Amino acid sequence: MCALCGVLGSADHWTDAIARPGVFSRNSDTAERRRERMRRVQCANRVLKSYGLKLRDWQGSAFLLATATGKTEIVDHLAHLWIKAEKLTGRLCDPLDPALIARLEAEYD
Amino acid sequence: MTERPALTPVNLITGFLGSGKTTLLQRLLRDPALADTAVLINEFGEVGLDHHLLERVDETMVLLQSGCLCCTIRGELSSAIKDLHSRREVGRIPFFRRLVIESTGLADPFPILSTVHADPVLKHHFRLGNVIATVDAVNGGVQLARQQENAKQVAVADRLVITKTDLADEAAVEMLIPRIRQLNPLAPLWRVPHDPLDAEGLLSHEEFELAGRSERAQHWFATALMGQWRLNRYSHASGDVEQVRSPRASGKGGAYGPEINCHADSIHAFALVFEKPLDWTVFGIWLTMLLNRHGPRILRVKGILNVTGSPAPVAVHGVQHLVHPPVHMASWPDEDRRSRIVFIVDGLDRAIIERSLSAFLHTNGCDWKQP
Repeated sequence: MCALCGVLGSADHWTDAIARPGVFSRNSDTAERRRERMRRVQCANRVLKSYGLKLRDWQGSAFLLATATGKTEIVDHLAHLWIKAEKLTGRLCDPLDPALIARLEAEYD
Repeated sequence: MTERPALTPVNLITGFLGSGKTTLLQRLLRDPALADTAVLINEFGEVGLDHHLLERVDETMVLLQSGCLCCTIRGELSSAIKDLHSRREVGRIPFFRRLVIESTGLADPFPILSTVHADPVLKHHFRLGNVIATVDAVNGGVQLARQQENAKQVAVADRLVITKTDLADEAAVEMLIPRIRQLNPLAPLWRVPHDPLDAEGLLSHEEFELAGRSERAQHWFATALMGQWRLNRYSHASGDVEQVRSPRASGKGGAYGPEINCHADSIHAFALVFEKPLDWTVFGIWLTMLLNRHGPRILRVKGILNVTGSPAPVAVHGVQHLVHPPVHMASWPDEDRRSRIVFIVDGLDRAIIERSLSAFLHTNGCDWKQP
């Protein structure tokens, strides 16, 4: 637990595994690690846009997920992201939702 | 002396009521290879009998009674394993190198696996081993068709054992195998008593541990892609996705047909093949989102991924909400460098899953450049 803010450290999540050697967690290259976190935020925001939510990094150790009105939740890792997103919006975040898929496809096209 | 394992493997023996779980366990425990094995039996009933049938009653055998592991006594399961661990550590019971759990015939395997995988204490001392499902050669066909729990038990298994093959005629067994394969095309299958039981092969050589080995990964996908399945290329909008469709699906017309179906058109298996390397970050976002919303219906996900920027493939393996840590394989199992993902799902449409993953991957907002 962080002595200053009282945030509990979370267990490792499978998405945190090193996918590209030397890039993500459990390595000593801080810059690469931060860059990967930024990219994760960017990719998640592309999906979260459909729900009116925005994610941002918090101290390199967690994420902050916020609605347009500023309602905010702390998110440890990706598995928690969708639970918190559904809690904040009261909507189901379903990757199989045809409307979401159509929006992503339209961006690609 | 054999080295003490860092994490004690936990095997689950599952299978429908009367499918021969206790008989199988009885045979396995006679094997000297499993001499240092603790057993935890769950019975659904007022009077527990199975532990007596095992003819081995000692301190390393625990009976969890009057409730089903997957629902009413999950906390009790966690406590029982912790208690076994504590007693082992202080030397009050003989040291055991493996724990085998025999569930009730009605149990959903997932909550049991989840307890071992996610319990904050247990996960530092135990790890999941193979899940073994027994299917009765005489009644298995009917049970698989009528009992959702039974179909699920077969779908999540790493090892399959058809029991009572001496009581069923050969034709019935031959008819049963394709049904089982429709639910689980990947797991090695034994027929007992006809096949010699290889205790070591059933309980150890964990599927996930072996995922990191090329020859095992080759087996997964050779079975999934080349077995009773037909590879059917089609033109996707992106031109880089290859669909694997069953022969039965082809008669339905359209680009997407139902996959290999069995259990009242509910549980089915399919594979997606991606020509281009996958973006690990986007794949993680997609799969966590999918499992959050549809976890109970994603019975299995197994994949060997060509990840952007990684020279070696990454093996992923999940059972419902539970995803094992990805394994970086030493090398590719064959010349094929495509990502291959096998799904066993309950009531989800393959077409929409494939379309969703493709939409996520073809992102123009995440143009990460390889360092």
